[in-house]
Amino acid sequence: MTRYLLRRIAFLALTLLLASLLVFTITNLLPGDPARIMLGREAGPAALAEAREALGLDDPFPVRYVTWLGQALQGDFGTSFTTGEAIAPLVFERLGNSMRLAGLTLLIAVPLAILLGVVAALHANRWPDTLISVTSLAVVGLPEFVTGLILIQLFAFGLGWVPANASIAPGATFAEALPAMVLPAITATLVMLAYIARLTRASVAAELTRPYVRTARLKGTSHGTVLRRHVLRNALLPTVTIIAISFGWLISGLIVVENVFNYPGLGRLLTFAIDRRDLPLMQAITLAAVTVFALANLVADVTYAILDPRIRLA
Amino acid sequence: MTTPSGLHVHELDVTYSTAPGTLPTVRRATLHVPRGRTVGLVGESGSGKSTLALALLRALPENGRISHGHVTLDDVDLTRLDPEALRAIWRNQVRLVPQDPLPAMNPAQRVGSQLAEALEPEDPRKADRAAIDAVLTNVGLPDPRRIKRAYPFELSGGQQQRVMIAMALLGAPSLLVMDEPTTNLDVTTEAAILDLIRDRVRSDDTAVLYVSHSLGVIASLCDDVHVLYAGEIVESAPVEAIYERPLHPYTAGLLAAVPRLDGRGARHPLRAIPGRIPEPGARPDGCSFAPRCPIATPQCHAEVPTLTERDDGRAVACHRADEIAAGTIDPLSQADADGERTPPRPVPLLEARYVSKTYARPSLRPFSRTSRPGVHALRDVSLDVPRDATLGLVGESGSGKSTFARVLVGLEPADDGTVSLEASPVPARLKDRPRALLERLQMVFQSSDEALPPHRTVHSILARPLTRLAGIPAHEVDGHVTRLLEAVNLPPDYATRQPRALSGGERQRVAIARAFASQPDLILFDESVSGLDVSVQASVLNLLDTLQRRHRTGYLFIGHDLAVVAHLADEIAVLYLGTLLERAPTARLLAPPYHPYTEALLAAVPRPDPHAKPVRPPLEGDLPSPSDVPPGCPFATRCPRPLGPTCDDEPPPLRANAAGDHQVRCHIPLDELEAMQSPLVDARDGSA
Repeated sequence: MTRYLLRRIAFLALTLLLASLLVFTITNLLPGDPARIMLGREAGPAALAEAREALGLDDPFPVRYVTWLGQALQGDFGTSFTTGEAIAPLVFERLGNSMRLAGLTLLIAVPLAILLGVVAALHANRWPDTLISVTSLAVVGLPEFVTGLILIQLFAFGLGWVPANASIAPGATFAEALPAMVLPAITATLVMLAYIARLTRASVAAELTRPYVRTARLKGTSHGTVLRRHVLRNALLPTVTIIAISFGWLISGLIVVENVFNYPGLGRLLTFAIDRRDLPLMQAITLAAVTVFALANLVADVTYAILDPRIRLA
Repeated sequence: MTTPSGLHVHELDVTYSTAPGTLPTVRRATLHVPRGRTVGLVGESGSGKSTLALALLRALPENGRISHGHVTLDDVDLTRLDPEALRAIWRNQVRLVPQDPLPAMNPAQRVGSQLAEALEPEDPRKADRAAIDAVLTNVGLPDPRRIKRAYPFELSGGQQQRVMIAMALLGAPSLLVMDEPTTNLDVTTEAAILDLIRDRVRSDDTAVLYVSHSLGVIASLCDDVHVLYAGEIVESAPVEAIYERPLHPYTAGLLAAVPRLDGRGARHPLRAIPGRIPEPGARPDGCSFAPRCPIATPQCHAEVPTLTERDDGRAVACHRADEIAAGTIDPLSQADADGERTPPRPVPLLEARYVSKTYARPSLRPFSRTSRPGVHALRDVSLDVPRDATLGLVGESGSGKSTFARVLVGLEPADDGTVSLEASPVPARLKDRPRALLERLQMVFQSSDEALPPHRTVHSILARPLTRLAGIPAHEVDGHVTRLLEAVNLPPDYATRQPRALSGGERQRVAIARAFASQPDLILFDESVSGLDVSVQASVLNLLDTLQRRHRTGYLFIGHDLAVVAHLADEIAVLYLGTLLERAPTARLLAPPYHPYTEALLAAVPRPDPHAKPVRPPLEGDLPSPSDVPPGCPFATRCPRPLGPTCDDEPPPLRANAAGDHQVRCHIPLDELEAMQSPLVDARDGSA
């Protein structure tokens, strides 16, 4: 197991290194001169040259990459072109907000999706199954901004239970931020619910036909116990991976949801950075998202290995 | 209350609802398994035997349904029980041992918990541990602690099946159903499990139903037999009676299809049952077996025979049973039977000398170059494959027999040693071999459903080697395809079909036709008939024999079943952990002196004869791992005739007889071996 873990961690480091190279290359290939973006249209040639010098833009590509990576490893992502502030604290604050939202979303989505999936699988091809798959697909078919706006209309303007604007004061605790997070989390839940539920249904239904389920039932074990002790354990293995990938997506992929609710997460910061062509900010956000994604996958692999002895002991 | 009456199945119908409609899979099945007796249920695949076994346990899959009849166990009608009462029966009275032990166990749970669940389904922690240990020891697993801690995949196939049997014995069931529990095991493991069932599982208060496709296994185990064909029981009788004189032509056909060890060493054709079982829902009018029956009359095609009890207590469903019983008609009379043949003197075509192959195993640490000890698949194997004759190669899984075939055809290069064809060396790798050489060596694999491209037609599968290797011009290809199909007894219109529309036996015939397409000098068969039912296997073996005579092709025939290999081979080589242990002409190999391993293999062959008493020296334990071969004799760890430390430490010499055609790798001299061994194969009637 230790060996397995070490190997996964080595792969993780390699993945991150490659990703950083990719991120740096792509952002450098984007059209536009960073010095001009920083100084604006009216800047003269002398000022531009000076800015290039200061930003190290005249150095060869490998040198710039190594310098950037070295600083990034020390937690220094430079300063933003647009605001002139240090990037690291800003990104970390937004990352924290995104992780809170992601956590809340998974807390709602995963149990609900698994419940729906298991119920559907147990009644495969009968009415509860059909009802669940039709409604969850219908919901996933709606774009997030539509569901988001409907929810705002209903719960914020109509009932007034939660604020329509989900902005959070910097340094707010989880409890303080909770009311603002409820609607974005529900919107995100609706997006991913159908996916996890359908996956769970498929794998529970497949597991139910396995001979070992028959063995367990023929021992006289009750239906519920068979489901709990044998089926779920094996059927939820693929779900673990999907949850990890969803977590990564929730961190960086909630661009529309965060913008609809004005939620201060990483996704909205990314739109801001892209809008302003703020290259160092874009790089830092992308790298943060990639790291979270890779770590989530590592957690999934390790959980998988703990749950499945064939991987752990092989 | 008097003695419990055991299992009664009365006029049971089972149907499956599927997309095309309702399939009647079992029809009016009636059988009785008294307490303390073992009853066999035999039939080819597709006969409905597993469906019947599951139905009487009320463990059918969701789309299966008992649509008529009753199942009573000790006078309780199982078909009328509500789910709760049924669960109590499952818990306390019945057990199933399935064909495949591994998928029947939860992969993520230790074996111990799964055993405990059989005693205490709702709270396995409360289970009586001493009882579990006792049962494990009783089924031949002497280290219960290790077994209980293991996950199913960590055990060998034989251990897995022992665990399933232990699970079945926990709680002393009154009915035990065993569904082909030995079919997927090596022949020596099978023999050990059959011993176990015979000695430990049968008891005075358990009714045992044993399901199998092999009358050989049933003979050695059961008291009574029921023969199932197309979902109907066609014959029921005590086991001796059925082997003495089968009354149904299907039973007679099944019995004649079992390859027997034949002391004469000559090949005589097996009797195959032509055709295949009709699909449920597509049964012919009249007797279901009539289309395949050699003695069918117009009455057979028109009227359904009923299972009728006869004066002698046997029951049979055949219009001509009286004639067969009186001996006035032979139920096999028209079955294909060619004359006997005398084996030609083998001339070496392909010579392998000192072939060795070790598989490196990658290190477990990342980025490390040091590797773990390799797996020795072959160690200095020298063998000649004859022209126009057959060399049989026998061994258990892990013996290296498939590796040897793969080295010969160039799929794997050997680490050491040479292969030459008619004295000229053959390049080790397939890509270095000239086309003319590829043409001359062909191979047929075990699993033709994987070796045939699923989405191409039979025509295109056969046309490829014809044009690529044999250089047949395009306009002549059609004619050649038809001739190839004819040669393997398939109708010409099969050319338009795809492999998945064919049965297993038919696919294997197509694979054989493909191998013959380039008119090779030598064909390697790697377990090519192992996956087939006995009746189909018999027809494929007959076909191979006929084709060899017609085309004068050399065969290397690899198998784990000595009886099957001996049927076809002129000469046999026995491989164990990559080492050649014995080589001799077939007749000589089947008579003492044997290598102790060959002796164990011969003793393990199930005989289709209830009088055959098992006379086997016990073969203890499992095959050692090929990465950890014992330093002396590779067989030393399991040998029933050990000499002592010599065997463990020194590699034994390859001894030859005076004529030089019989080699045995053993520390015991041949004459001493001969003196301590008794013949296991009776030359008179071809069985033990």
